[in-house]
Amino acid sequence: MSRKSANAASESIRFGMSEIEFNLFMRRYGIGMVMVIMAVILAIVSPTFRTSGNVISILLQVSLNGILALGMVFVITGGGIDLSIGSLLALTSVIIGAMLNATGSIVLACVVSVAATTVFGLLNGILIAKFKMFPFVVTLATQLVIRGTAYIISGGYSQSLANAEFKEIGAGKLFGVIPYPVIILTVVAILAYVILHWTKFGRYVYAVGGNKNAAIASGVNVFWTTAGTYIISGFCCGIAGIIMTSRISAAQPNIGVGYETDAIAACVIGGTSFAGGVSTIPGTVMGIVIIGLIYNGMNLVGINSYWQTITKGLLIIGAVMLDMVMNKRK
Amino acid sequence: MEEQNKDYILECTGISKAFGGTQALKNVQLQIKKGEVHALLGENGAGKSTLMKIVIGLHKPDEGEMVFEGQRYAANGPADALRKGISMVHQELNPEPHLSIAESIFLNREHTMKGLPFLNKKETNRQAGIILKRFGIEKDPRTLMEELTLAEVQMIEIIRAVSCDARIIIMDEPTSSLDSEETQHLFHTIRELKEKGVSIIYISHRMEEIFEICDRVSVFRDGEYVNSCPLEGVTNEELIAMMVGRQVKSIFPKIECEIGETVLKVENLSGKGFQNISFEVHEGEILGISGLVGSGRSETMRVIFGLDPKTGGKIFLGGKEIAIKSPKDAISKGICMVNEDRQNFGLCLYRSIRENISLPNLPSRQKGILINQRREKKEAEEVAKVLTVKAASIESEAYSLSGGNQQKVVLSKWVMAKPKVLILDEPTRGVDVGAKSEIHTLMCQFAAQGMAIIMISSELPEIMGTSDRILIYHEGRINGEIFREDITTAKVTQEDILAKEFGQKEGGK
Ligand SMILES: Nc1ncnc2c1ncn2[C@@H]1O[C@H](COP(=O)(O)OP(=O)(O)OP(=O)(O)O)[C@@H](O)[C@H]1O
Ligand SMILES: [Mg+2]
Repeated sequence: MSRKSANAASESIRFGMSEIEFNLFMRRYGIGMVMVIMAVILAIVSPTFRTSGNVISILLQVSLNGILALGMVFVITGGGIDLSIGSLLALTSVIIGAMLNATGSIVLACVVSVAATTVFGLLNGILIAKFKMFPFVVTLATQLVIRGTAYIISGGYSQSLANAEFKEIGAGKLFGVIPYPVIILTVVAILAYVILHWTKFGRYVYAVGGNKNAAIASGVNVFWTTAGTYIISGFCCGIAGIIMTSRISAAQPNIGVGYETDAIAACVIGGTSFAGGVSTIPGTVMGIVIIGLIYNGMNLVGINSYWQTITKGLLIIGAVMLDMVMNKRK
Repeated sequence: MEEQNKDYILECTGISKAFGGTQALKNVQLQIKKGEVHALLGENGAGKSTLMKIVIGLHKPDEGEMVFEGQRYAANGPADALRKGISMVHQELNPEPHLSIAESIFLNREHTMKGLPFLNKKETNRQAGIILKRFGIEKDPRTLMEELTLAEVQMIEIIRAVSCDARIIIMDEPTSSLDSEETQHLFHTIRELKEKGVSIIYISHRMEEIFEICDRVSVFRDGEYVNSCPLEGVTNEELIAMMVGRQVKSIFPKIECEIGETVLKVENLSGKGFQNISFEVHEGEILGISGLVGSGRSETMRVIFGLDPKTGGKIFLGGKEIAIKSPKDAISKGICMVNEDRQNFGLCLYRSIRENISLPNLPSRQKGILINQRREKKEAEEVAKVLTVKAASIESEAYSLSGGNQQKVVLSKWVMAKPKVLILDEPTRGVDVGAKSEIHTLMCQFAAQGMAIIMISSELPEIMGTSDRILIYHEGRINGEIFREDITTAKVTQEDILAKEFGQKEGGK
């Protein structure tokens, strides 16, 4: 046994890179391989999968969850969790309904609803960062508050929206090819990448999630950094909520239940560590796509949705185990 | 090679271990006799901790064999090693913050009620109390680990390892956060254990300690075994030469420089653990702070840096009174601090060296709203090189570095910041002899550029060799001030400083 592993270690050059770089590469992009392998298998078994129409339809399917996951990844990286995102979708929806009714202005409706979700994000952030309450408990509770607020605003009723222009946001396509939600997802992903990987704030998020004391002792403002992650998550919920409302053409207070599961799953599959301080945006995007592939591929192959749910659960467990093996975490 | 020797209680031969592309150990050997104190010596990253982790089964060797008490030996992890008779005090302390002292000491060997599977808390606390008293620690065994200082945590870890009736006890830099008094307590314990026939493997970068307590030494360099010999008859210089492979001066001459205006001044500062502290530090001055652990030295500095609140007194910077509410305030005003606790306050272990070094320096290295990444990388590489950080790459995560190299990364953060006042709390903790003198030289260079440096250290030779002035703390107050002339003219000796640390009054003998 010991001989063999010694030999493996001495062959340290693979694909023109040293073994340490290879490990780093695997840890960062291993999930990309999983994605590619899944796509290849699906392309072989299902002819429909290969059509360009299907690729776009996958992207459209994941756009909602994708935007939510890109907000969630900030929160988890900073050492927290946001369970309130499903309720925030509902809140967005009913505010849009009320605003469209009252003013008829789409811009105003969108701005007000996103502002509202962002403020609720800030509220989460204040409760968690200022009063040092557990993120799980805080967002579990605010989730109820937000859902209740949505019911009050809507009076408990769904209201169908007849505004054709508003419907365009979810159903329209740029040049008749690329759906707007896909474009919005792309923009959000690019913004998320720039913020997390290229700005001071992004570094602070990693530091606070990785070691809060070290972050404080390095001059990081932990309050604003933590609050910032919840604000971003709230903002993303607003954007996703607009798309969702437009797609269903209705303002409903009961939508979005369980959406946090897929968002968290995308982050974890994409290599985000629940301990905080470890994540990448490209990884998260791959996690998002993988979840899309599960839904889409299994539908095409004709596996029923119960199995899709099970697969997703198993994949999350697999991803966490991979993370532990790769990082040798305790 | 020598024949299988009955004298040896532990024999490791041909051990190799690689982490990814880093070859940490190459075909090394180690032989430990029964009842000896055996020193392991080597530069930072030489592989000492790795070898010891292999012995207690935390790492699996790629190659090699171990024989313990005449039988082939391999441990499946620390608990297994302990059962077989080997315990270890780790270099990086890893306390369970929510356990009490008593629970930590008896972790994995809890007292249970007779015939019942329930924990017997009372008995655990009673036993722990007895042990604590024996080691001269006045703490309630029910105190939580998170409330202890670094030195106290270190003592508890030592007590745990020592109280398990192991036949070999490995101590990986056990004194790096202890003061001279606690170190003497430890040495006393080591001598007692030795008499009972227990073997000790002792890792330290403090040469005086090695000469004081150890019988034999094995030297490692870059993952390779160099030599073993009895300590009697070798000189400090010979050992260092074996360690680094060339001749080095262990003590660098201090660069004397002009001392200028007052930079930082504190007046009657009080806080948790210290009262009415007043001192000033000037441009180009290195102010040494000496005292026992818990005498309030680190606590004072934490208040100045904004980590803890003050309860009274004033702080002046450049003649103006300043209010510091957080480290952020301090850093923006040009006061930086290297914390003694690198695991808790220094590093994000799962981020790269580059990110760790640049973390406090980001505000001034932006291009618009983005980080100037090229500049960040270049500067981080430069400081890491100056401080001789040994790593596979600047992108390696901090946890993969050896203890001493982690310490150098923490120093790099603040070296890159180039502040007006640099506070160093045990800056060379766990750093090897060569790198230590590099750091001292760097401190002198900074002072020459006009920086004011405050250095806390438990190592008297370090304090005496580098400081322009020394303040001695005793029980939360300053109990003496010594100037460089008094040391260079030998008017004041190490013993005098020690006496003051223990509370001897000014002038009295
Ligand atoms: N978990 C790990 N992953 C990758 N590399 C590692 C790991 N642990 C140790 N190393 C590498 O192995 C080498 C030896 O490290 P080790 O900790 O044994 O040094 P050391 O002799 O104890 O040094 P120090 O005096 O600084 O404590 C170093 O180059 C280090 O970077
Ligand atoms: Mg070590």
